[in-house]
Amino acid sequence: MSFFKALHIVKRYANHTALDDVSIEIPEGSIYGLLGPNGAGKTSLIRIINQITAPDSGELIFHSRPLQRADVNRIGYLPEERGLYKKMKVGEQAVYLARLKGLSKQDAVARLKMWFEKFEISSWWNRKVEELSKGMAQKVQFITTVLHEPELLIFDEPFSGFDPINVELLKREIWELRQKGTTIIFSTHNMSSVEEICSHIALINKSHKIIEGPINQIREKYANNTYQLSCRYNPQFKAEEFIGDEFKILSQRIEDNRHDIILQQTNYCPANTLLSRIMPAVDIISYQKIIPSMNDIFIRLVQEQ
Amino acid sequence: MNKISIIISREFTTRVRKKSFLIVTIFVPILFAIFYLFLMWMLFKEDNQKRTIAVINESTLEKPIEQINNTNFVYLEQDVNESEYATFLKEHNYYAITRIPQSVMQHAEVYMYSLAPIPLELKNEITIQVQRQVEEKKRSDIIAQSNIPDLDKKLRATRTPVLVRTLVVSESGDSKESSSEITSLFGLVGGLIIYIFIFMYSSQVMKGVVEEKTNRIIEVLVSSVKPFQFLLGKIIGVAAVGLLQFLIWIGVGAIIITVSKLVLLPGVDLAALRGATDLTPVQGINMQPEQLAIVQYVVKTIEPSFILEFMGAFLFYFIGGYLLYASLFAAIGAAVDSETDTQQFMTPLSIILIVSLYIGISAMKNPESSLVFWSSLIPFTSPVVMLTRIPFGIPTWEIILSMVLLVLAFLFFTWLSGKIYRVGILMYGKKVTWKELYKWLKYKG
Repeated sequence: MSFFKALHIVKRYANHTALDDVSIEIPEGSIYGLLGPNGAGKTSLIRIINQITAPDSGELIFHSRPLQRADVNRIGYLPEERGLYKKMKVGEQAVYLARLKGLSKQDAVARLKMWFEKFEISSWWNRKVEELSKGMAQKVQFITTVLHEPELLIFDEPFSGFDPINVELLKREIWELRQKGTTIIFSTHNMSSVEEICSHIALINKSHKIIEGPINQIREKYANNTYQLSCRYNPQFKAEEFIGDEFKILSQRIEDNRHDIILQQTNYCPANTLLSRIMPAVDIISYQKIIPSMNDIFIRLVQEQ
Repeated sequence: MNKISIIISREFTTRVRKKSFLIVTIFVPILFAIFYLFLMWMLFKEDNQKRTIAVINESTLEKPIEQINNTNFVYLEQDVNESEYATFLKEHNYYAITRIPQSVMQHAEVYMYSLAPIPLELKNEITIQVQRQVEEKKRSDIIAQSNIPDLDKKLRATRTPVLVRTLVVSESGDSKESSSEITSLFGLVGGLIIYIFIFMYSSQVMKGVVEEKTNRIIEVLVSSVKPFQFLLGKIIGVAAVGLLQFLIWIGVGAIIITVSKLVLLPGVDLAALRGATDLTPVQGINMQPEQLAIVQYVVKTIEPSFILEFMGAFLFYFIGGYLLYASLFAAIGAAVDSETDTQQFMTPLSIILIVSLYIGISAMKNPESSLVFWSSLIPFTSPVVMLTRIPFGIPTWEIILSMVLLVLAFLFFTWLSGKIYRVGILMYGKKVTWKELYKWLKYKG
C-alpha cells in the first residue's frame, strides 16, 4: 500500500505546460528524491501536493483516499524560496506559523521551547528576525516546518543557502525524522546529497517523469557491466593477455605506481574466474563493478531527451 | 474558520502595537482640531491693529462714527485740501481720512482716503454705523414732524433680528431642519476621513502583501491556509485596526462633548432646548433669546439621531469602500515584485479616489448636481461622495441603491482580486502587464 500517490497530473500555464501527465508513487517511510533540472516542473508538482495550486487534471491519493484540504496539517513544507516576517519576534512568529498548521498555542510553545533548546537558539526567542543571521533564520524555518510532526515532509532544495554546519545538522535531523517514520520528499538538483540521503527517486524533465524507483535499482539498471581493476604497477604486466574473451578493455592508465583498467564485460564471467587468471601476473589492489553516480544518470537521461 | 481568526489576530496585533498606530491615533484628531480652530480664527479673528482715522464731517450728523475695535476716529476741525491728503496722512500718521459730505442725507455716500487698501471688516463696520446714524436721523425727523405719542418706542419695538432656518422636506411629509453650514462641514470632514482611511488602510494591505511576497514567507503561509482565506484574514485584520482607531476617536469625541456641555451649558436640558419652539429664556441659562437661538442651532446639528445615522453611514461606507479598494490594492501587491513597481497599477485607482474627494468637496455647494448624484451611486466614488451628501438629507432610495451597488462591487472585485492574488504571490521575477493579469484570471486554483 503506498503512502502518497499523484496520478496523471497535468498543469498548464498560459504559455507552457508545467506538468504533462506526471504520476509518482511515494512509499511510506521513504526519503523520496524529486530530481530534475531547473524549470522541469518540480516546484509545480510540490505546490500541487501542498494544495497551494490545483492541477488542471489528475488525482492525489493520500493513505489510499483522495487528498483533502484538512491534510495540509499533516504535511510540512520548507519551500526553496523561504522567508520570515522580519519585524516579528522569533518565538511569536514560530508560534503563529505552528498555529496555522493546527497546533494549539500551548502545544506550539511547549514544542518550540524543546526545539529551540535542541538547536541552542533559546536566547533568540524574543529577538526580531531581522537581527538573526541567515543560518539562524534557517534553523527557525526548519523548526517551524517539522514542529507539527507531519507525516509527510517536503523539502524543496533544502540545502541551498545553508552553511556546511547547518547542512550536517539538517541531514542528521532528516535521518532522525525518518527513523520516527516520517516520509520525506526531497527536491533537489544536488546529486551528491541524493545518493547520500534518498531511498527512492523520480526524475522529472521538461514536464515529464522520466524514471522512478528505489535509487539502488536505478543505479544498478544503468550500470552497463563495466568494472574497474586496479593493480600494483608491474612493467611486464599486459592486461589484454590475462582477461580472457569475456572482457574488453575500455581504458587503461598508469598512475601513482598503479594500473587502473576499465573493463567491459561482454559475456558473463564470475569475478573469481577473472581474478584467478590475473593473480599470478600482478598484485591486485581492487576489483569492483562500476555503478554510475546519480549525477551521471541524471546528465545522461536529461541529455538523451 | 479558526485559521482565519489566527491570521486576523496577527494582522491586528502587529499593527496596533506599532508606534505609527499610536501616532496616527493621537495626531490626526489634533490636526483636525488645529485645522478647525484655524478656520474659526480666520473667520472671527479680531482686527488687532491700532489705527486712527481722521474724519472730516461736513454733515449735520453728530459724530456719526465711533470707535471700532482698535480703530479710533478723530474729528478734524479744519478742512484739508484733497490734493494734500497723502502728505497729511503721512504727517499725522493717520490710517485714513473719512469725509462725510454735507449731502450725505440725500446721497448716502461716504469717502475714505487711505494709503493702503481698507480691510473689508472695517469698511463694513463704517457702513453699518453711518447707515444707522442716517436712518436714525431721518426717523427722528419724521417722529418730530408727526404727533403720534411714543412713536419712538413703538418703532424701536419693531426691530427684529431674523434667524433663517433651512428645512428639507420629503414626500413622506417629514421636514428636517438642516443647518447647512455645520452639517456640510460634517459631510466634508466625514468624506475626508473616509478618503484618508481608505487610502491609508488599503495601502497597508498592499504593503503587507508585497512584504510577504518579497520576503518569501507567503509560500509557507499558503501551504497552511488557502490564499483567499489568508487574504481575507489580512483584509479583516487591517479593517479592525481602522475600526479600533475610529472607535477611540468616537469615544474621545463623546467625552469632549459631554465635558464641554457640563462646562459651557451646565444644567441645561439639551433635549428640551432642541425641541423648544419658544425661546423665552429656558430655566437655568442666563442668555438672550438671540444667543439661545444660536445655541439651539448648534445643539440641533448634533442631534443624536443624526449623529447615529451619520456614524452608521460612515461605518458602512468605510468598510464597503475599504473592502473594495483593499482587495484591489492586494491584487496589485501580489502582482508586482517590489513596492516601487506598484505605481503603474496604483495610479488609476489613486486618481479615482482623489477625484471622488474633489467631487465630495463640490457636493458641499450643490449636493444635487448630476455629477455628484451619479458619483454617489458608482461604487468607486460613492464612499466619499455619498458621505458628503448624506448630511443634506437625501432620499433613502438613493442611499440604499448606492449601498447595494457598493456591496455588489466589492463582492465582485474581491473575487476577481482573489484570483489575481492567488497566482501573483507565487510568481517571482516577472514583469507583469495588464494582459498578463487578465491571463491569470483564467488559471485554475
